[in-house]
Amino acid sequence: MIAFILRRLAFGAATVGGVLTFLFMLFFLYATPEDMARRALGDKAPPQAISTWIANHGYDRPLAWNPDAPADTLLVEHFRRSLSFDFGRSDADGMPIYQRIREGVGPSLALTLPLFVLGLLFSVALGLVVATFRDSYIDRAGLVLCVLTMSLSILLYIIGGQWLLGTVLRWFPVSGFDTDPAMLLRFVALPVLVGVFVSFGEQTRFYRTLFVEETSRDYVRTARAKGCGDGRVMWRHVLPNALIPIVTHVVVAIPLLFTGSILLESFFGIPGLGSMTVEAIHGNDFATLRAMVFLGSLLFIAAQIATDVLYTLLDPRIRLG
Amino acid sequence: MSAALLSNLIVAALVALAIGLAWLVRRRPLWRASARELWRRRPIALAVLGLYACVALLDAVSWVGGQAPDTAAGTSLLAHPRSVVDRLFPADFQERSYSAPLADVEFYGGFKLLHPGAHLLGTDIIGRDVLHQTLRGARVALLIGGLTSLIAIPLALLLGVGAGWLGGRFDDLVFFLISTLASMPSLLLLVALVMVLGTGTAQVCLALGVTGWVGLCRLVRAETLKLRELDYVKAARVLGASDLAIVLRHVLPNLGHLVLISFVLMFSGLVLSEVMLSWLGLGLDGSWGRMIDQARTELSRQPLVWWNLFSASIALFGLILAANLVADALRDVLDPRTATERE
Amino acid sequence: MSTAVLEVSELTVRFPVGAARLPVVDGVALRLERGKTLALVGESGCGKSMTALALMRLVPKPGRIEAGSIQLEGEEIRELPVAAMRKIRGGRIAMIFQEPMTSLNPVRRVGVQVVEAIRLHEKISRPDARRRAIELFERVGIADAPTRFETYPHQLSGGLRQRVMIAMAIATHPAVLLADEPTTALDVTIQAQILELLRELQRSEGTAILLITHDLGVVAESADRVAVMYAGRVVEEASCRELLRAPRHPYSRALLAAMPAAARPGARLAEIPGTVPPPAQWEQGCRFAPRCEFAVENCRQTVPPLLAFGAGRGVACPIVAAGPCP
Ligand SMILES: Nc1ncnc2c1ncn2[C@@H]1O[C@H](COP(=O)(O)OP(=O)(O)OP(=O)(O)O)[C@@H](O)[C@H]1O
Ligand SMILES: [Mg+2]
Repeated sequence: MIAFILRRLAFGAATVGGVLTFLFMLFFLYATPEDMARRALGDKAPPQAISTWIANHGYDRPLAWNPDAPADTLLVEHFRRSLSFDFGRSDADGMPIYQRIREGVGPSLALTLPLFVLGLLFSVALGLVVATFRDSYIDRAGLVLCVLTMSLSILLYIIGGQWLLGTVLRWFPVSGFDTDPAMLLRFVALPVLVGVFVSFGEQTRFYRTLFVEETSRDYVRTARAKGCGDGRVMWRHVLPNALIPIVTHVVVAIPLLFTGSILLESFFGIPGLGSMTVEAIHGNDFATLRAMVFLGSLLFIAAQIATDVLYTLLDPRIRLG
Repeated sequence: MSAALLSNLIVAALVALAIGLAWLVRRRPLWRASARELWRRRPIALAVLGLYACVALLDAVSWVGGQAPDTAAGTSLLAHPRSVVDRLFPADFQERSYSAPLADVEFYGGFKLLHPGAHLLGTDIIGRDVLHQTLRGARVALLIGGLTSLIAIPLALLLGVGAGWLGGRFDDLVFFLISTLASMPSLLLLVALVMVLGTGTAQVCLALGVTGWVGLCRLVRAETLKLRELDYVKAARVLGASDLAIVLRHVLPNLGHLVLISFVLMFSGLVLSEVMLSWLGLGLDGSWGRMIDQARTELSRQPLVWWNLFSASIALFGLILAANLVADALRDVLDPRTATERE
Repeated sequence: MSTAVLEVSELTVRFPVGAARLPVVDGVALRLERGKTLALVGESGCGKSMTALALMRLVPKPGRIEAGSIQLEGEEIRELPVAAMRKIRGGRIAMIFQEPMTSLNPVRRVGVQVVEAIRLHEKISRPDARRRAIELFERVGIADAPTRFETYPHQLSGGLRQRVMIAMAIATHPAVLLADEPTTALDVTIQAQILELLRELQRSEGTAILLITHDLGVVAESADRVAVMYAGRVVEEASCRELLRAPRHPYSRALLAAMPAAARPGARLAEIPGTVPPPAQWEQGCRFAPRCEFAVENCRQTVPPLLAFGAGRGVACPIVAAGPCP
């Protein structure tokens, strides 16, 4: 067990290394610091300005090979700074990135957390319902609804939701943000509603398949033959077994909560990490984007390790096998 | 070679490929039965997909020339090659600004239109016919799906089969590569790639391909591992067939259904991704994503302009819905595991 | 003649497939007696498991019991409300399944699963139930019962798992035990042990057992009476000795002839020509007719009823029942 966790951690560390290497290749080898400077300052910038920009951002080192001081290269610097969360300053406006990320996490979570919880409850419940009534009209209607909602672009949900519920019916403010809890609720309600609608089709289908597969197993038949009622079969037998894939599915989604929702946040004016990313895109701010990708994958890798460990705790076949 | 000629040649190649595939499917009883079953289950969705494909292909066949309209601009409009779809409309089918569907006058200002009552879905901000734009979007959507698959599927097959079949170091390497790519948030990675690579068609498709091959590769690798342990594959090895021969004869054909299902699913995912990229300003010219993005501000106009958004959305929704339905049916027909699960 | 514990007649189970409703079990009649074993034999897919599940009213959807009566100790249970039926399942009728690996819940300890079976039917405290369950474990021959009690199914061997299943089934002293191929998935030596265990339990508790199998060796060893099924119908019913010595129905004969032990050294192993057709292709009349060497035109038209053939014996074949053995 310990050996397994250690091995898992080692592989996680290797993956972090892989991500950093990939980012290095993308942002320093393919797009060189000079490219970045040109994008930031415009094509007609004088060479003098470009070299100042490069120096100011600390990009004025040899790429990966420096015979005089082997540690003084962009590669080493990129690894060192990323791993110590010292992301430096934005390529666009020179603001410290780490500071911004810390400020953005709160608003992002205010949106994504309720979205996550509500979406999960909603789709698990609906999945359970359609799985219980499988092959009936309820099931078929549910599946048609899922495919229909899955086929619309998220952009349309946002535009439609803002227009219908915000502009025409005036139930919710169209966009904005406030730290006061009551106001926050009003601002967050519409994006949460839209977000639940966007994700529920795919999620419900996932949970339905899972439950249908689980209820067709032999041990369910045994439980019924013992005299268990439907409720007991579902709660005591099916759910503990289904929990294993559910947990795997859910834990891996948690990192996405922190990086926020790019579309929802910027459309609804929530000053979270998603909005920050969009600004970075529009401002050609590679440093911020790099930091976001790195943080996102770091969280994802951590969540994956957590899932694997949880998995072994939940499933006796692995825990004791 | 001109772009028009190249595009015409590609269409010819695609049509030949489709005919070849159809012929192959006809010859194999098992495939034929699957194809029949698929058609029996989802005739409408398949027909809709076929319609989109036809429009897209017809929009890719173009040539110079044709009947000149008798206006002042006259023959200069004919200097560029125009596609079959373009030729469904008059060469000078343009107004000065917005006009509502089938309107006689401009939407704002009330000037008389050059083609009163002829724009079935109205015109956009610079007076282009919306129906025409929508039809042209089909080609962009198919281009995104097709080109990206052309990058992603061979890559996934090569690495997936290689890793599953060879095992050892190579497998470790591929597995590491997959884990690394999969651990990055997909939309962020996509955006980063497009920003660095640039926003041309090829670049966007490359970025989509890099983020898209991972899932399929993982499936292919797992399936190959399973196939390698099957009795008849083992038997073929014992009998001394070469690795390449076994992979070609026994492994690849058994991955066909996975690839097909993933392709259809990937296709709808890609088109939806492009919509998001468009909104971030990184999309392709003439795509439905662009139309939707541009139409966003039109909803706040007074009175509002809805036909642009409406047309692009319906076109997009129809394609994605048909693709999703066909993917589901394909999975039911081809994947025996989920088929038994339905009982 | 002893009294019937479970008496089944005209039992019909149908599955809707496309527009048709296939009779997977068709007019089956069975009679289980106290302390006796009835073996139900037949090729794979002939509806043996479905018959057993129907007796528990556990036919999987979209199948349905469409006709027939199921009388448990004189009480009709086919129309019983679901709640009352749950009392009977695992209470008065218990069942053992073929696959001991997948039939136990993989994420719960085996002991807890047996305790659940007890506590579903008796008002008894958890510690008491636990004590009872450990006794049961010892009873079914699980060595080191208290330790094994805490294990998960995957930690036990196939034979032990099947013993757990049996412990679970006999926990409430059921009047009827439905054993659906209890030994098919096991080694030959373990098979013999499990069958011996079932016989021993039957002797001490007087349980009526329906033993489903397609192994005639198992039948010869354990059964008192035998019902032979073909394509959803019982084609012959007789005492075990009589059937094994002189099978009457053409299908029973073919089945026996196909058994390796029946073949004398040097003789060719007989085989039944053709295969069991899937339910969608079943004949209107006798379903064995296409493979039967004695079939006449009438066989394909009308369903042969189970005709009495001597004392306590029935054969669903008018040709065999009428004349001397052809
Ligand atoms: N969901 C279903 N739909 C249609 N037919 C079904 C369904 N489930 C089972 N059947 C049919 O019921 C018939 C009887 O199956 P059953 O499991 O009772 O056979 P069996 O005699 O127990 O075979 P085995 O020896 O393999 O266990 C089979 O022919 C099968 O085709
Ligand atoms: Mg069976």
